[in-house]
Amino acid sequence: MEYAQFIIIIIFSPLVNGVIKKLKAHMQGRSGPGVLQPYYDLLRLLKKDMVISNVTTWVFRSTPYIVFLSAVAAAFIIPVITTNYTFSMLGDVIALIYIFGLARFFMALAGLDAGTAFGGEGSSREMTIAILVEPMIMLSIFTAAISAGSTNIARIAETQGMFYSPSHVLAFAAFMVAVIAETGRIPVDNPDTHLELTMVHEGMLLEYSGRYLALMEWAHYIKQMVLFTLAADIFFPVGIARDLSAAGLGLSAGLYMCKMLALVFIMALVESTRSKMRFFQLPSLLGGAFVLSVLSLLTYIMMGR
Amino acid sequence: MEPEQYFYLGLVLVLSGAVLSLIPFRKVRPYLYILPALGSLSLAFAGLNVLSGHVLLISSIQVSSFFDFSFRGDPLSGFFMVVISALAFAVSVYSIGYSGEMKNQGFMGFLFNVFLLSMYAVVLADNIFTFLVSWETMSVVSYFLVTFDRNEKSARAGLTYAVMTHIGTAFIIALFLVLYKQTGIMDFQGMRTAAAQIPDILRHVVFIFSVIGFGVKAGIIPMHTWLPKAHPAAPSNISALMSGVMIKTGIYGFLRISMDIMGSGPAWWGIIIIIIGAVSSILGVLYALMEQDLKRLLAYCSVENIGVIFLGIGASMMFKSHGLDALSSIALAAALYHTLNHAVFKGLLFMGAGSVMHAAHTKNMEEMGGLLKLMPYTGLFFLIGSVSICALPPFNGFVSEWLTYQALLLGFQSPSVIAKIISPLGGAALALTGALAAACFVKAFGISFLGMPRSNRAEQAKEVSFSMISGMAVLSLLCLAFGILPGIVTAHISPAVHALTGAPGVLSKNGVLFVMETVTTLSPGLLLALMLIMFGATVLFIYIAGGRRKTMYGPSWDCGMPALTSRMQYSAAAFTKPLKIIFKRIYLPRRELKISYIVKPLFVKSIRYSGVITPFFEKYFYTTAGNVLYRIAGRVKLLQSGSLHLYLAYILITLIVLLIFGT
Repeated sequence: MEYAQFIIIIIFSPLVNGVIKKLKAHMQGRSGPGVLQPYYDLLRLLKKDMVISNVTTWVFRSTPYIVFLSAVAAAFIIPVITTNYTFSMLGDVIALIYIFGLARFFMALAGLDAGTAFGGEGSSREMTIAILVEPMIMLSIFTAAISAGSTNIARIAETQGMFYSPSHVLAFAAFMVAVIAETGRIPVDNPDTHLELTMVHEGMLLEYSGRYLALMEWAHYIKQMVLFTLAADIFFPVGIARDLSAAGLGLSAGLYMCKMLALVFIMALVESTRSKMRFFQLPSLLGGAFVLSVLSLLTYIMMGR
Repeated sequence: MEPEQYFYLGLVLVLSGAVLSLIPFRKVRPYLYILPALGSLSLAFAGLNVLSGHVLLISSIQVSSFFDFSFRGDPLSGFFMVVISALAFAVSVYSIGYSGEMKNQGFMGFLFNVFLLSMYAVVLADNIFTFLVSWETMSVVSYFLVTFDRNEKSARAGLTYAVMTHIGTAFIIALFLVLYKQTGIMDFQGMRTAAAQIPDILRHVVFIFSVIGFGVKAGIIPMHTWLPKAHPAAPSNISALMSGVMIKTGIYGFLRISMDIMGSGPAWWGIIIIIIGAVSSILGVLYALMEQDLKRLLAYCSVENIGVIFLGIGASMMFKSHGLDALSSIALAAALYHTLNHAVFKGLLFMGAGSVMHAAHTKNMEEMGGLLKLMPYTGLFFLIGSVSICALPPFNGFVSEWLTYQALLLGFQSPSVIAKIISPLGGAALALTGALAAACFVKAFGISFLGMPRSNRAEQAKEVSFSMISGMAVLSLLCLAFGILPGIVTAHISPAVHALTGAPGVLSKNGVLFVMETVTTLSPGLLLALMLIMFGATVLFIYIAGGRRKTMYGPSWDCGMPALTSRMQYSAAAFTKPLKIIFKRIYLPRRELKISYIVKPLFVKSIRYSGVITPFFEKYFYTTAGNVLYRIAGRVKLLQSGSLHLYLAYILITLIVLLIFGT
């Protein structure tokens, strides 16, 4: 069991995306596809033949595996329902962010590999957004890490000391903006668009088809769920099991589901009530969130909690 | 064999490489690089022994109490010996193929070997005199290497380099004068104990002089201006050595003076170094992003990485001042680890850039593209170097930056509030740097090696020779090895860390790094192994779920238009254009549009766009300083009228003044 909690993320990550889509549809007055639709999509893609551009190199063909395995590696590191697990020694929250960095690096390369303008555009924008997001996500995590005295996610999740202080609220706000940006959601990017001028994430994936596309999509779902889980672990670790007793794990699993639902609701709400921002307006949004994360750090240092 | 014997063997091999290069046998010359390759291997063994605590005593040549050449190896010198040797070996192997088409090969071979020797001499020098002589030899030899391709551009680069490096040397001489005046001791051994008695104010002076003096060589901002000029001007094997290890001698000198001899000062020394590191790393990579010249891009990235190293050193000095030895040792271990890593991957990248120039005859990324298909090995190794320099797992850059993060986060345990605020912000700067570096190298690799060839020259590129590939392969393997087996590196640098901080640094066991103070562990090797297993599982799952499927190849998506051309791809300038707009306060970009019309304003004949960014420090600092100097020189010129009588009068006046004040 203790080795297996990463499986929860890998299996349920498409469902999380399905629920977000369903909720979004409800908020917008549509009925929307069923919550299991992402699974059907993945299966359909896996069963398709592939068309690959003949301009591409092995970088394009290995990227889906690198991206998928990076997402899986992140799922290995993160505590889901218990903080008592062996894989926690593999890496910490910084390693997690850098593993996502590796995936992004190769995805951006794959975008350039086919030699089209769309791919290059997507890569350029993705790397630009990452530059604006990275310092903020790190600082908001630092505030939690400093109060826990560790960057190990399990240790942070076990420390409940700083929670519900002003610094915590500020850091959480900054972190959520980062999550929106990292998962390619409105107002930063639009996951449903295939309009050339607005694509960021989709632009890089444009040349992919079949099983490669399936891997990339699935990796994206896993990354999204890992980030949600990270938010839950760092900011709302209430009830996460510290041992492997059945009762503790059951309670923790139940609470985990509630936390995921809450985060999914926030995401759907933001996506339904905001409109996508122009690309060059993003620095003001993300810069504002960066200021929040700096404030959270200063607040923590001044108030000591 | 004894370490000393390894040392002398290596010395003899490199020296004979230098001498034999001058003998005119054209055909054999490229193979003479085998001598420094073997020599550096031998010196690496010696260095490893010195690093693990064997004190290398080398008989010195003493002419008088002042002209005393003495060398001595302690763990810190040993560490830098190993760094130099690792890169020297790979670059020597690479040079066998690379120097084949060069003009003036004999001179090149001679300079190459002397350059290596001078760097070893710098890190082994044991007194002021030896250090300064070695330091100047290194500077002068590298000046000749920068100006090796005799053209106007390299001559200008050489001039900038010579001026900057001598400004640095002036500060270094000044700080040694202060140290000597205060302690009366020439050798570093004695100075260490005597330095404690130096009054505070003079200690601060020594510290500031060492920041400026060694900072010029290391290339920290704002003393970096020579770096993006000189490194691209030199032949690529030399750029690899200069960027990989020569600038590290600046780090060595700084550590030797400020941490070893002066024993770290008050907390603000460390904080200043952290700020310098943060500024250098961010601005360095920001300028790198705007470069379309592959080698200039890499040179600016050296500024960035030196900044990262200084973040670690700064944190270490800060902890040391509070007496937190264990934390100080973690920070220093991070800095030394990054020093080693940067040498390895920057050497690799410069060799890769050299191979590309060798094959495609251009440094401009806008004329490259699609090189990965034509040069598969160079491409693979350049990619490995790029992933490493972006500090992405599982390669080496990640481990050292991870350690730097740990060190900066530990800043919270420091008692001073400023340190508590500065060090996490240093961490944020590191995060920003990492993301910028990733964008920079997606551009460098993606535009040069992927997509379609952007010029005829790129279309006709061919893979380089076996020796060049092997040189790069060695460093690529090191990048991976230092990334997945960090324990080996931390265990080996531990004595050097211990010597400076009094604590062993980072512990590791069975491939897992422990940072006790933050209860955090990292095991990139195990994670990689697990992911290889998961790779098998993924392939199996795809096969079960999807069955066997066909793969078809076709043209890229062109929106239904007839055939895409290479000009429709994203260019290097376009890739970083958003950043140019976002960071326009820093870049101060200027654009020029020249439109010529057939019929104004409707029918356009041609549009010419050019955009440049303002080199802030050059324009507002160095040019101003230069102008002031010229003005002063103009005034001073009046003294030299050319009249013999006047000069005789000067002599007379001087004599009288000396007679009055001298007695």
